[in-house]
Amino acid sequence: MTGGRVLFRGARLVDPASGHDGAADVLVEDGVVAAVEGPGTSSGPRDGSVLDCDGLVLAPGFVDLHAHLREPGREDKETVETGSRAAAMGGYTAIAAMANTDPVADGLAVVQEVRALAEAAGLCEVHPVGAITKGLAGEAMSEIGEMAAAGVRMFSDDGRCVQRSRVLRMALEYARTFDVIIAEHCEDESLAEGAQMHEGYSSSLLGLAGQPSEAEEIVVARDLLLARLTQGRLHLCHLSAAGSVDLVRGAKADGLRVTAEVTPHHLALTDEDLAEYDTNRKVNPPMRSSEDRDALRAGLADGTLDAVATDHAPHAVEDKEQEFDQAPPGTVGLETALAVVLTELVGPGRVSLLRAIEAMSTAPARILRASGHGGPVEPGRDANLVAFDPGAAWVVEPPFASRSRNSAFLGRTLRGRVVHTMFGGELVVHEGKAQR
Amino acid sequence: MIKHLLSMTQLSREDVTRILDTADSFREVGTRVIKKVPALRGRTVVNLFYENSTRTRISFELAAKRLSADVINFSTSGSSVAKGESLKDTALTLEAMGADAIVIRHSSSGSPATLTRWVTASVLNAGDGTHEHPTQGLLDLYTIRERFGRIEGLRAAIVGDVLHSRVARSLTFGLSKMGAEVTLVGPPTLVPPDAPAWGAQVSYELDPVLPKLDVCYMLRVQRERQRQQFFPSVREYSRLYGLSRERVDMLPEGCMIMHPGPMNRGVEIASDVADLPQSVITEQVTNGIAVRMSLLYLMLGSSRGELAPSEDDDGTAGERAPRSDGGAS
Repeated sequence: MTGGRVLFRGARLVDPASGHDGAADVLVEDGVVAAVEGPGTSSGPRDGSVLDCDGLVLAPGFVDLHAHLREPGREDKETVETGSRAAAMGGYTAIAAMANTDPVADGLAVVQEVRALAEAAGLCEVHPVGAITKGLAGEAMSEIGEMAAAGVRMFSDDGRCVQRSRVLRMALEYARTFDVIIAEHCEDESLAEGAQMHEGYSSSLLGLAGQPSEAEEIVVARDLLLARLTQGRLHLCHLSAAGSVDLVRGAKADGLRVTAEVTPHHLALTDEDLAEYDTNRKVNPPMRSSEDRDALRAGLADGTLDAVATDHAPHAVEDKEQEFDQAPPGTVGLETALAVVLTELVGPGRVSLLRAIEAMSTAPARILRASGHGGPVEPGRDANLVAFDPGAAWVVEPPFASRSRNSAFLGRTLRGRVVHTMFGGELVVHEGKAQR
Repeated sequence: MIKHLLSMTQLSREDVTRILDTADSFREVGTRVIKKVPALRGRTVVNLFYENSTRTRISFELAAKRLSADVINFSTSGSSVAKGESLKDTALTLEAMGADAIVIRHSSSGSPATLTRWVTASVLNAGDGTHEHPTQGLLDLYTIRERFGRIEGLRAAIVGDVLHSRVARSLTFGLSKMGAEVTLVGPPTLVPPDAPAWGAQVSYELDPVLPKLDVCYMLRVQRERQRQQFFPSVREYSRLYGLSRERVDMLPEGCMIMHPGPMNRGVEIASDVADLPQSVITEQVTNGIAVRMSLLYLMLGSSRGELAPSEDDDGTAGERAPRSDGGAS
C-alpha cells in the first residue's frame, strides 16, 4: 500500500503534542496528514483506502532512542533491515542505532553505511548514533564535528561507559558547538566488574556476582555535575536505580539540560525474575529491586524520565543458550515495547495513555530532533503514525521480525498490539503484517 | 518428589530427613567386604565435571558403583568440550547416549538448572560456581546428626569466605531448615550484605562466637581473594578468622570442627587443629559416599518419586509413610 490517500476512520486519536485525546478521522494524502476531522464527517477518499479503526488508538509513530542493529559486524544477530522491520512491527517510525557495531560508528563511513541500508529498507527512519570516543575506548574523542555535519545528533559509547571524567567533560564541552547530545551508559566499571545481575538478596541466593545500584548512581551524579560545569546536553541511557531517578529529578529542578530514558524491561521486571537463570533476562544495567522498579515507574509518570527506550539488543541463540555468566547481556525489545508499557503501566493505571505515548513518541522525537515524528498529528505534517489495539492479548513467542528472539518476555501474555504503522505516508505494517 | 537436585532450598525438611535416613542404611554397605548392592543395575550415571574435583567425583563414582550403576566419567579437558563444544551440545549427546542421571560440577552458577532444560535425565548439582553444593550440605548435615543425634537446636558457625562459598549456602539453608541456629562469620567484604535474609545471624568477629558452638565449620579461603582486595593479606585474615589452637581452647567440649576440604593448612585452619580428634573432616568424606548413594537411589531407584512431594503436588501422596530401610537389601 504505497502513497495515495488513506483514511484512518473512527480511531481514538491520542496526540500528546497537541494534547488531543478523542475520536477522529485522519486523512493522509501524498505522505502528509491532509485532514483531522470529527468521527464520521469524512466520507473517505474516492481513490484510496479506508482503514476501519474502530477500537484502535491512533498515535504519532513511536521513536526509539536506543536500538542495537548489529550491522555492520554481527549480521547473524540483526541487520539494519531486519531491525527496521522489527521497529515497524512495534509501531516505530524512527529509531536511533547505537554505535557499538564492528567496526564502531566513530566516523562517517559507518554512519553513512547504516543510513544507506536504512533508506534501502525503507521501513522507518534510522538515526545512526556516533561514538563519543574512537573505538569506544574511552580515550580519544571521535570526530564529532564531522559526524554532526552529516546529521548525527546523538553520540554515545553505549555498552561502555566513559570512565575518565576528563574525557566526558571534554566531549560535553566540545559537543556544544554542534548542539548535539552526549548519551551516557552509566556504569562504574570497577564497581560492576564481573557482575551478572543486581546485588541484593536474589544475587546472594543465586550465587551470581552482583553490582550495586551505586555502580550506576555514582556515574549519574558525576555526569550531572559535568553537565552543570560544561552546560552540555546530557542524555542518560536506560536508568535502572531509584537513586538515579532522584538525582535526575533534582538536576531538572535546578534547570540542567538533561534528559533520561528507561526501558520496558526495567519498568516491568526485577532481579527476582532471574530465579531460573534465564539468560534472556540477563541485561545491563541489570533489573534491580521492586523498589527501584517502582521508582522508575513514578519517574516516568512525572516526567523525570523523559522517554521509554528499548535498548533492543539482539543476540544469537547460541550466544544466549550458554552458562549464565557466559551469555551476553541484552534483550530484544522493539516488538514488545508498546505491549509491555500498556500491560504493566497503562493497564494498571500507573501512567496515563497520553503520557505513555508522549514517552514513546513525542518526547524522544524532541530529544533526537527527529522532525516529522512525535506529532502533532495536524494537516501538513509528515504522516508517521501508528494504530494499535490496546486490548488485544497475545503471547510473546517466535516468529519475530527481528533476526533474534532473545526476549525477556518470552512466553508472557501481554496486551496491546500494533495493527498499522505508517511511515512517510506508506503503510509499512498493515493488519499486523509487514508490507516490505 | 524431586527429579533434580539443584539446591538445598528446593528440599523440604521431610526430604532432608528421608535422604539422611536412607544414607544411614547405605553406610553399612561401605563396611562390608563386598561393598555393593544391585539397586541401580542397568542404570547409567554420568559424571560431567567442568571443574577439577577429585574428591567429589570419586565420591559420586563410588556411590554409583556401589549401587551397581554404570558410571561414565566425562571430564572436560581433552574432550569435545576442549574443542569448544557447548554445554547444550554436550548435554544433548549425553541424553542421546541414554544417561539416567547427570552429576554436574561447573564453575558457572546455575549451570545445573540450565542443563535441566535440555535433558530428561535427572540432574544432580555437584557444585555450581558460587551458588550451591547441596550434596556437600547434606553430607555435613548427616555428619552433624550422626554425632549429636539431632540437628534442631544446635548452634553452628560457618566461618570464612561465605560470599563465594557454595558450601556455605547449602549448609546454611540446610541447617536453618532443620532448626539449627547459624551464625555466619567473616569480614564484611566476604559476607553477602543480604545474608541475614537467609535466616542466619552475622558476626564480623570470631572470638565472641566460639564459646557457644556445637559446630564450628571452617570454609576454604582462596588466596586470590587477597589480590581482589577482599582482605589485605592472608596473614591478617588468618589472624582474624583462622581456627588456631588458642581458638580451639575457646570452644566448648564436644564441639565439632568441620571443613569441606581441601584445606589450606595454616590459613583458615591451623595444621595441628585439623588433626585433632574433634575434627571430623575424614568422617565427612566417608559419609559423603553414603549420602550420594542415598540420593542416587531415591532419585533413580525402581520406584522413582519416593522423596516427599513438594507443595505444588496434590497433598495426597504426602500421606505415604517414608521408608527408611533404603531398599538396600
